[in-house]
Amino acid sequence: MNDILAMLNELRPEFDFEASDNFIEDGFLDSFDVVALSDMFEKKYNIVIDALDILPENFANIDAMINLIKNSGGAV
Amino acid sequence: MQTMFSGKKITGILGILPERSYTFEEETQDFSSLRAKRLKKVMGYGQRRRAKKETSTADLCIYGMRKLLDENRIAREEIGALIVVTLTPDYFLPHVSNIIQGECGLSHDVLCLDIPQGCAGYILGLLESFMLLEHMKDKKVVLVTGDVVNRKERDNEIFINPPSGGDAAAITIIENCVENNDIYVDIKTCGEERNALIYPGGGFRFPQGHMFEDKVDIGDGELREPYAINMDGTMVFNFAQREVPILLDELFSFAGKEKEDIDYFLFHQPNQFMLEKLAEKINVPKDKLFMNLVERYGNSNASTIPLVIADNLADKVLVSQYNCCLTGFGAGLALGGILMPLGNMSFCEIVNSNL
Repeated sequence: MNDILAMLNELRPEFDFEASDNFIEDGFLDSFDVVALSDMFEKKYNIVIDALDILPENFANIDAMINLIKNSGGAV
Repeated sequence: MQTMFSGKKITGILGILPERSYTFEEETQDFSSLRAKRLKKVMGYGQRRRAKKETSTADLCIYGMRKLLDENRIAREEIGALIVVTLTPDYFLPHVSNIIQGECGLSHDVLCLDIPQGCAGYILGLLESFMLLEHMKDKKVVLVTGDVVNRKERDNEIFINPPSGGDAAAITIIENCVENNDIYVDIKTCGEERNALIYPGGGFRFPQGHMFEDKVDIGDGELREPYAINMDGTMVFNFAQREVPILLDELFSFAGKEKEDIDYFLFHQPNQFMLEKLAEKINVPKDKLFMNLVERYGNSNASTIPLVIADNLADKVLVSQYNCCLTGFGAGLALGGILMPLGNMSFCEIVNSNL
């Protein structure tokens, strides 16, 4: 969880991710960030994320991201 | 729609670029450095071409058409039809094809047709060309694709951040031939997803005056002009990853071919990430699917496929023939694929204009 939060803070340092329940609805992450995070997760956790799983709801909060990484075969 | 043709071929491609460009670094100065670096690497952004402020779509197309006529690559009397695929016509009326016909002194008997399509537009344009050739005997079809969006974005400060579109045009010559080179086409439309990529302003539902209203939150927390171009990037990405593999499976089944029969997969290029994920999804080696165009010129809508061919295969398609899979997808939302041989062309190149 801390690793993901660190990645989010590095990518979009202007936002307080701990103060949001939904990063997409709150405008913290856009589609370019979703792509950037997908690539970061694949490198960090040595996984391949199925293209059809790259959906806004899988990047809405840290829990959703953890589920995405686990469903892609990663350990987090 | 699935259909097939025989005895038709592409005999020449000319790409036309404006001389200036934006660099990705220049356009992402307000991004965090990590975000900018990531996007550049993952999306493959580098630079994108932009036309001069006064240059229109028709100007780029006419530049290319005059070059072909002046260099005797095609003669006026050989042309039976002129098709223009564009999302950025100079006017509602007259059509860009009519402007080119008039400016280039083409015959009054030339059939002129504009098709307002985006990233699947080259596939639709080729389909229309093949159908017209059934009625043209020895006349040729000139398929022109072109878009000039950047100068209008600059004038009105209507941006997609980070901008990825590039101005360009391409001219493709298609004609009947004696070879029985079978061509297979499959085109689909998913209009129920049309709002994923929409430019509502300027049409007759929302005339131009509405474009300058105050910015509003359209639902994702970002303030935008309500009638400016808007793309839900994730939905368009998901559409392509979901529908393109299905389209290609159906197209290959229709043609009775295997993916291993294909030498090159020539895809529309919105960004490198989308193409890499598509290559994974359809199980195609990345060395058969070029991904370098968006880095060099930007996403030029319907012109990306002919530019991919001219940028990567120019020397090869002049002397040999290759089995190719052409695929476009995007605005509409729409997508289409063509399996056809490409090669033994008379010309295939990209020219830098002064426009």
